Amino acid sequence: MQTDSPNKPVEALNPEPSTQNHQPGTLKHRHLLGLADYDADEIRLILQTAREMKAILERPIKRVPSLRGVTVVNLFFEASTRTRISFELAEKRLSAEVVNFSASGSSVSKGETLKDTARNIEAMKTDVVIIRHSSPGAPHFLTRCIRGVVINAGDGAHEHPTQALLDLLTMAELELPKQPGLADFDFAGLNVSILGDVAHSRVARSNIYGLKALGAEVTLCGPRTMLPVEAETLGVRVTDRLDDALDGCDVAMALRIQLERQGAGPTGLFPSLREYHDRFGIRLEHLDRYPDLRIMHPGPVNRGVELASEVVDHERAVILDQVTNGVAVRMAVLYLLSGGSTLE
Amino acid sequence: MPPTPDLLITGGTLLDPRSGDTRRAGLLIRDGRIAEIGDDLSADNVETFDASGKLISPGWFDMHVHFREPGQEHKETIETGARAAAFGGFTGVACMPNTEPPIATRDVVEFIVKRAQGLPVDVHPVGTVSKGRKGNEMAELGDMAAGGAVAFSDDGSPVQHGGLMRRALEYARTLDKPILGHEEDLTLNDHGHMHEGAVATRLGVPGIPALAEEAMIARDALLAEFTGGHVHVQHISTAKAVEIVRQAKAQGIPITTEACPHHWALTDEAVDASGFDTHTKMHPPLRTAADAEAIKEGLRDGTIDAIATDHAPHASFEKEVEFIAAPFGILGLEMCWGLTGRDLIQTGILTVAEAIFKLTVAPREILRLPVPELAEGAEANLTIFDAETEWTFEAKHIHSKSKNTPFVGAPMVGRAWAIYNHAQLVQAEPEAVEA
Repeated sequence: MQTDSPNKPVEALNPEPSTQNHQPGTLKHRHLLGLADYDADEIRLILQTAREMKAILERPIKRVPSLRGVTVVNLFFEASTRTRISFELAEKRLSAEVVNFSASGSSVSKGETLKDTARNIEAMKTDVVIIRHSSPGAPHFLTRCIRGVVINAGDGAHEHPTQALLDLLTMAELELPKQPGLADFDFAGLNVSILGDVAHSRVARSNIYGLKALGAEVTLCGPRTMLPVEAETLGVRVTDRLDDALDGCDVAMALRIQLERQGAGPTGLFPSLREYHDRFGIRLEHLDRYPDLRIMHPGPVNRGVELASEVVDHERAVILDQVTNGVAVRMAVLYLLSGGSTLE
Repeated sequence: MPPTPDLLITGGTLLDPRSGDTRRAGLLIRDGRIAEIGDDLSADNVETFDASGKLISPGWFDMHVHFREPGQEHKETIETGARAAAFGGFTGVACMPNTEPPIATRDVVEFIVKRAQGLPVDVHPVGTVSKGRKGNEMAELGDMAAGGAVAFSDDGSPVQHGGLMRRALEYARTLDKPILGHEEDLTLNDHGHMHEGAVATRLGVPGIPALAEEAMIARDALLAEFTGGHVHVQHISTAKAVEIVRQAKAQGIPITTEACPHHWALTDEAVDASGFDTHTKMHPPLRTAADAEAIKEGLRDGTIDAIATDHAPHASFEKEVEFIAAPFGILGLEMCWGLTGRDLIQTGILTVAEAIFKLTVAPREILRLPVPELAEGAEANLTIFDAETEWTFEAKHIHSKSKNTPFVGAPMVGRAWAIYNHAQLVQAEPEAVEA
């Protein structure tokens, strides 16, 4: 791997992942940068492995030695509580050595480049880097700077693949009479609506790629200011009417509204939280009207904005299941990408 | 560069970019002037350049470069920029004013003129429209023109205030100078980093809408019509922008435009395909395939007057960062002709003469500069080139101080072999000359 030239020439690209020497039951990719380039087999392998990891989490002693001797760095350039804790728990339950690096603001304002930060940490002989960064593509850049395995924990509005994987695992656990294939990770016929600020959501993008790979139908819904241009090119249905999105929908995934995008001067995306909730928030009346509808949310929830408070606590909201599955999914990804040897 | 005042160029074909006429002839240059043009020329004790199989045209001109001096000499200097220009076949350039300090006063204009003295490449400064390039009030356009500024532009900080643009166009008209516009309504570009479209949507990268460019071109076309001042649209990059200029020209509005090779050679898909390589980040951004086709059509039908490069050097450490943090811009001088030959000439969009016209006559006429003549008695200012050589661009071909280009490894068609200007011969492959 070349480490001295992070910017490879465009004309000399080889965008295809290396599929040489690919063994059944292993991933084709060295890194997890996003779900856009993972195929259904790889996603199903991660989900199946996560299911096995989940069994470990049910044991009295929730720890296996699979990653003993592997050092994992949690490199977080954006504030994050639950994702970092979830990764850290996953790492510890696999017996990895864990180092946390948190920096607020960009690498530039810190005075050290991302390249230098990563290479300095790797010089301390680390194996896996979990990166969260405000710039889309920061994990891709990192793969050109260091030799270790890179796992994307959220890069700008691009991807948040482990979030989508935990969402997929949560959906696979739903008992929906009309969707018998879910447990086998066959999502054909499943209708999922993603609601809110899709344009700025890495969760939405990773979910779209993962859901499409498993065969689900995806609808995006929000005010037009929150829907990215040419969204249909993602292979999704697009609507700016909530009823359109909920009609025939099995799972509604509400995205967190970033409060700073309200108002925010002349280019704010919506006029007020009150108006957003009135037009796009999911309320009890929606659960009444659609009795099979399940509610998901990547958290943290703004109660009374994207979801009415009663909806958050409703039995058909599976938000806490998502959190539980996050640890299992991250264990699976770590295990598969760092060449863990045994689950026992 | 040792002076080469006397030179005999044999075996080449002279190309007149205005008429397209070609003529096999030798050129004898003495003391920097064309002493003789004819067949079977010979001279004693004169270096000979064998131009067999090659074309000779008036020296090429790139009306859009960033030479970074003063203030950012770690990226490029006037001398290293001139070196890159010479390799690319250019004997003249117009350099943009986004330096530190900006070219906003006559003393900075004269500094650049002075720094370029003695170089084989003419470096013409472009002054700012507004004081300090801040967009608030008109700079001393007349004073800068008197010092050698050939045009005015606020470059990457386009004039947002319509009233200021109106006054500047009226004022520059009396100086017979164009205003060059990086056309962008900044209120329509909410901190974007690539073209707003399907690829940006896929990648979650904040987009720069085509609309931001098009809306500003429409405003400036109307201002050009209203004031009679000459608006030159820089690095035109969208299909609708080309159409707006086409319609404005049809109405007789004094508007001209230029296109850059990267905007027809690459599209926004390169951002994805390269894994967010910052060498795919420039401003205006790489657009869609439809936009690239529209640029080629605009070049073909004459809507786009000139080929320019927007040569924008940045140091490796500045580009080797995450996508959002990277500065906009790539090199352009060294690969301009190879991409022109590959994408415009070999494909039949332009003839060699038409392409050379857009690199010689058109930019100089826009800037009211004399066009060099291949005539006896004229000062020798010429480029020796071909339009057929197939080659691969390699890192060793970069002559700038910076290395930021996505084209290392790219196929090229056509080579510039040498320039001659100010009594100096500069060769792309120096071993070719015979003593």
